[in-house]
Amino acid sequence: MFTMRLSELPRPSPERLLKQVQAEESKRWGAKLKIFLGYAPGVGKSYRMLDEARRRHERGEDVVVGAVQGQQSEDVQALLRKLELIPQLQTPEGQATDLDAILRRAPQVCVIDPLAAQNPPGSRHAHRWQDVQELLHNGISVLSSVNLLHVEEYKEKVQAITGKNTTETIPKSFLLAADDIVIVDVPPDLCLWRQGEKLTSTGISNSQERQLSELRELALLLTAEVVDAQLESYVHAHGIEPVFGTHERFLVCMTPHSNAPAMIESGERNKERFQGDLYAVYVCEPGRSKRERVTIRRYFDAAKKAGASTEVLESNDPISAIVEFAREKRITQIFIGHSAHNTWRDRVFGDPVLRLIRAAEGIDVRVFPH
Amino acid sequence: MGYAAGVGKTFQMLADGGAAAQRGVDVVIAYFQPHARPDTIEQSQGLEIVPHRKIEYRDKTFEEMDTGAVLERKPSVALVDELAHTNIPGSERTKRWEDVQLLLDAGIEVWTTMNVQHIESLNDQIWQITGIQVRETVPDGIVRQAAEIVAVDVTPDALLNRLKRGAVYKPEMVEKALNGFFKGSNLGALRELTLRQAAHEVDLRQSAYDETRAFQVPRISEVRPGGVADNQPKERILIHITADPSTAMLIRRGRRVADYLHADCIALFVHRTAQLSELPAQERAAVERHLRFARSLQIGTQVVGGTDVSKTVVEFARRNEVTQIFVAHSELPLLDRLRGRNFTENIVRQAQDLQVTVVADRSRRQVS
Repeated sequence: MFTMRLSELPRPSPERLLKQVQAEESKRWGAKLKIFLGYAPGVGKSYRMLDEARRRHERGEDVVVGAVQGQQSEDVQALLRKLELIPQLQTPEGQATDLDAILRRAPQVCVIDPLAAQNPPGSRHAHRWQDVQELLHNGISVLSSVNLLHVEEYKEKVQAITGKNTTETIPKSFLLAADDIVIVDVPPDLCLWRQGEKLTSTGISNSQERQLSELRELALLLTAEVVDAQLESYVHAHGIEPVFGTHERFLVCMTPHSNAPAMIESGERNKERFQGDLYAVYVCEPGRSKRERVTIRRYFDAAKKAGASTEVLESNDPISAIVEFAREKRITQIFIGHSAHNTWRDRVFGDPVLRLIRAAEGIDVRVFPH
Repeated sequence: MGYAAGVGKTFQMLADGGAAAQRGVDVVIAYFQPHARPDTIEQSQGLEIVPHRKIEYRDKTFEEMDTGAVLERKPSVALVDELAHTNIPGSERTKRWEDVQLLLDAGIEVWTTMNVQHIESLNDQIWQITGIQVRETVPDGIVRQAAEIVAVDVTPDALLNRLKRGAVYKPEMVEKALNGFFKGSNLGALRELTLRQAAHEVDLRQSAYDETRAFQVPRISEVRPGGVADNQPKERILIHITADPSTAMLIRRGRRVADYLHADCIALFVHRTAQLSELPAQERAAVERHLRFARSLQIGTQVVGGTDVSKTVVEFARRNEVTQIFVAHSELPLLDRLRGRNFTENIVRQAQDLQVTVVADRSRRQVS
């Protein structure tokens, strides 16, 4: 059976992700998982999810509700009245999804909400998301919702911002493997109002809005990351040319005689500001002295510390190797430094910086002073 | 903000407007597409509509927002669909965002809709991603003065279903859409761009929370990047203006990078004498257009005299504590290159103490 592990890399390679998604899909007979992501309670996830369930029901899909949140607004209750409910199992320790009843009923689509709940002791699965997987494996599509706080990898960040803690989480890889993810975005003031805060002429406390704004930014970027991963697997699956420029990706070209530390530092800052990715490469050339090799090793350590993915490229033609790597990784900006040291090759073929500028068609080149 | 027609922007704007009206807020619809989708029209029920202005153009009647009537009605909130719209010739103002500006200046709060591809500084990236050049754009500063940006998200699959059901365009338009913006990976890419743009807009507005009260509409000056605590020395970007058409994308890219890096941004044109009137008419028109364009994106411009252009640019940069020079990549025949006539390369050679960013031509799609 397909299992999710917390230890999985946060950003699986597109090939791996594609295989994972395909393997997963082949077991599902076309059943799809759609997740509505919110940055805090009150953004209206449940409403959006149930409204989609209602629309699908009205268009003729066979939709049931298998589990819903305890507290519901009037709007949500009105939607629920239009849908078929499969009652949850009542146990002394709490409620649990009645998986057997849902499987017997065998609908096309089932609402299971919220995704990150824990089942009471003695249930078939410890976690709600495992219930969801069982339904998917039985060909039942699932609509569900989750708050950023309940994504394991974001738990600490959210806690640092809001002070709220939880033990009920789902792994981020579960989001990455979902067929569809939709972010439900509203301005923080509206979110607070829905949480029951009164809108007054003085406004809601700035600190609360500011906190929500930070969560909102994280949730938008998380969704962008999931969409980017889906885009990559789409591109791989269809064998089409990669999509450039949805997202800034910086590549630092390290050599022993350029000012690599300055480039790495700038790369790190750019990566943070643009919420982008950072890569650093060195093209291995024969005949490097021991001192040069030590320098390069130091640069590699610095690049890794700055959060860069590092790679050593082997080639007799450094410029082509860099451009090829940049195209493969969909780099949008290459950082290269003037060299303090000219080699015979530079005298024959011309300044490598200028050659890179000519070769890097479609990619910005930022030249750093030595 | 959305990533394509049909994601549900207008629907959500009207739904939120309706909810606000029920809370007792004085909301009116100042403009929305008369040929809207049935679901959307349903949302407009119960909201007051300020009648559109009818304008005759080439024997057809077009409807535009009646800005004067909205100003006279003076609601608390005006709902205005499609911010990027270009008004029909004969209207008082060319762009709808200019009308919106008037409403804002009169103290009317405006809720409006747009797609990510309408942001001016993203124009080249959109071209690179989709192969489509968007003509209707909104200057970044107009978007930046918004108090809030909301991302209206939907999956590309759901959007394609809507399109195929005929819920977005008329049947004769569907085919065209499927071969254009709605093609293959375009929707996913535009969606990612929208989410990242929204995250960036949210980030920029966080500093405003620290200074201003909630609900106060921050003006451009208050949300200018740079308000965020930053112990790094401030970056300063210099954009080199020429008559070459590539200058427009250089300005857009410079604006964008400066925004993200919280950097200052200035644009410079160098000529033998500092008098634009000495340029041939065509060149002069192009340069003036580029200088105007830079100013429309809140980039200060300067014209400086100098016979050696690259030397003048580099010296100007040093004098003005510029950290990064933005230049376009000029493609010259080999012979000119051998004679050292490549301007880009001269700058790179001469400005060895500065960072020089050679901006790629994004209008040509890359082949891997």
